[in-house]
Amino acid sequence: MVQGFLLKYAEIGIKGKNRYKFENALCEQVKIKLSKIDGDYTVVREQGRIYAEASGSFDFDEVVEELKKVAGITAISPVEVIEDKSWDNLKKAAGDFIEKQYDKTDFSFKVKAKRSDKHYIYTSPEVCIEMGAYLLGRFGGLKVDVHNPDVYIWIEIRDKAYVYSKVYQGLGGMPLGTAGKAMLLLSGGIDSPVAGYMVSRRGVNIDAVYFHAPPYTSERAKQKVVDLAELISQYTGKINLYVVNFTDIQMYIYEQCPHEELTIIMRRYMMRIAEEFAVNNNCMGLITGESIGQVASQTMQSLAVTNEVCTMPVYRPLIAFDKQDIVNIAEKIGTFETSIQPYEDCCTIFVAKHPVTKPVAEVIRKSEKKLEEKIDEMVREAVNTAEKIEIDG
Amino acid sequence: MEAYLDNAATTSVFPEVADIMFKVMKEDYGNPSSKHTRGMEAERYINNAAEDIASLLKCQTKEIIFTSGGTESNNMALIGAALANKRKGMHIITTSIEHASVHEPLARLEEQGFEVTYLPVGKNGILDETVLEDALREDTILVSVMYVNNEIGSVQDINKLCNIVKKKDNSILFHTDAIQAYGKYRIIPKKLGADLVSVSGHKIHGPKGSGFLYVKDKTKIHPLILGGGQQRGMRSGTENVPAIAGLGLASRLIYSMEDHVEKMYALKKQFIDRVKELGGITINGIDNIPLEETAPHIISVLFEGTRSEVLLHALAAKGIYVSSGSACSSNHPELSGTLKAAGVKDSLLDSALRFSLSVFTTKEQIDYTIDVLAEELPVLRKFTRK
Repeated sequence: MVQGFLLKYAEIGIKGKNRYKFENALCEQVKIKLSKIDGDYTVVREQGRIYAEASGSFDFDEVVEELKKVAGITAISPVEVIEDKSWDNLKKAAGDFIEKQYDKTDFSFKVKAKRSDKHYIYTSPEVCIEMGAYLLGRFGGLKVDVHNPDVYIWIEIRDKAYVYSKVYQGLGGMPLGTAGKAMLLLSGGIDSPVAGYMVSRRGVNIDAVYFHAPPYTSERAKQKVVDLAELISQYTGKINLYVVNFTDIQMYIYEQCPHEELTIIMRRYMMRIAEEFAVNNNCMGLITGESIGQVASQTMQSLAVTNEVCTMPVYRPLIAFDKQDIVNIAEKIGTFETSIQPYEDCCTIFVAKHPVTKPVAEVIRKSEKKLEEKIDEMVREAVNTAEKIEIDG
Repeated sequence: MEAYLDNAATTSVFPEVADIMFKVMKEDYGNPSSKHTRGMEAERYINNAAEDIASLLKCQTKEIIFTSGGTESNNMALIGAALANKRKGMHIITTSIEHASVHEPLARLEEQGFEVTYLPVGKNGILDETVLEDALREDTILVSVMYVNNEIGSVQDINKLCNIVKKKDNSILFHTDAIQAYGKYRIIPKKLGADLVSVSGHKIHGPKGSGFLYVKDKTKIHPLILGGGQQRGMRSGTENVPAIAGLGLASRLIYSMEDHVEKMYALKKQFIDRVKELGGITINGIDNIPLEETAPHIISVLFEGTRSEVLLHALAAKGIYVSSGSACSSNHPELSGTLKAAGVKDSLLDSALRFSLSVFTTKEQIDYTIDVLAEELPVLRKFTRK
């Protein structure tokens, strides 16, 4: 008997002739994820499912936790693979499995069977009836309920037989590497890591850019962003994080432009610089954690004004989310505790008491004219001197 | 050039201390409680350290209890003394400028029914003895006053304060947190009149995780860490032999230095004289008192028109390492209790930096620091939040 994990996926099934690409990508991601934990695993694709067979000393809970971070998987079931599928062996093995999976056997259940081996001695309905009878006999506390059972017990009879029952919800989404790549504007806040995670969940690889303003922002603030990138890389895979020294640009804007426009102009330059990194890294879009109306720079007017400097699409997965919804996701993916560490980021250090909330593009463009003398050179310098930190997923 | 001026936070370890610790870990690794030779070797290190320290403090070796550092020493002194003496009374007196490792244990004792009086200090961070005298009550069992304040370097006249307490009632225990004083002042508890004295190793070029509590013979305190009965049952747990050996040696080394304190005062004076020239500067805790009555190694400076954290990072970029007077950030300001208590205006609390010297600090490092400040300050003052 071999233990394993049955992984189900949903959307991939509808991808027609490209389906194998998605399945291969998912297998690849499962292999990568499992290679990082104890145990030996064989990942096989079979009839619309993926099985990860486990051997060696593996920790059941750890495997489930790790598989829950793989995009594309909708459900994870621990499964017993039974090589000797003769009925006597099969029913006993199924009983042993149920005993192992549930601490108490006092629930109602229904057996569901699938039989692709058409030569098997029982048909699918017969398997259900016979197995149900066997389990009822073996465990006194069980009841059959065919309409609304507490627990389903699946028996699949193929080349080998498979028994599974518990179902853990997977991450959903699409396998990494099936969509393309995007550049995440990562700050130290709550929103941007969540935004990166959400887009990545649709199969998108991620690189990231962080704007650092020493000495106004500290090394610890930068470390916090690296930590956040490491946390989301559990979902997004490898991330190239570019740390851009933004101090000079910020100071220059501070000197030349109206103070209440500082933030919006800064953000326009951040978008421009992020887009440069995006182009250099074969990205097809930018990702931000913006949400309508959350702060002055995220009103619809402000978003329009920041948006106009980019030619690439800007993906804003949180655009219609309330803060609490974002916090809930941040807690789920484990970034919240790190995000709330109190280190200042470069957006807040010089923020005006009353920044513009309804900027007009023309006015802002006019203000930016005052930067003409040096800004291109400064942007080039910022791009060229950025530090690249490779975060392994 | 590098200038590590954060010696009130921690110091580099004397090379000789690192050597002896390495040797203990590699060669003389026995458990001092073991009966065999290896155990005896280890025990010898502890005895030697206790003897070295006892001779410096002019006390008995059994009055020294090794701990994991200043925080544990303070916890043990306060909670241990309060619990052992609560039948006599439940009133404790301290000051508003103590370290968190004094304030937090006292807060815990308050939850358990003790009453704590927090005495205010004057502008220079000095406790007025009449304020203490007036606070003493019939049910006072313990007074805790720090010797040298870690943020502004104010120094209390512990001997005078002890006398006031003991004159009122000889059975009131006097504890002093001497963590910033040890190594700078000769601490002789009997002369001071203190019953309990906390010391940390890593402020005097000893190892982190080392320290001791002096407990005057016959003083009743309850141990906090229970177990195998090591250190006469006062502090169970296998002794941290390398750290204790390192602490003993560091104590011996620092007190065998001839004029390191005078040198620090000279550097402090040099620093203060030069930094004042930069303009918009206030030095905390030195108003109208001779410099020699402040701690030799701590200089607390307010830089008007800057934020301490930004200035701190700017200095760090030039290899100068200091502390901000207040562990503060814009999101969660935890403005310094001491600075506030010592009368610093709210608007300036976020502009304080602490420069702290050691026996290794040089004149060149001070000059370099001032030069960098002269360069950075105008820039930082120009770019501020409007």
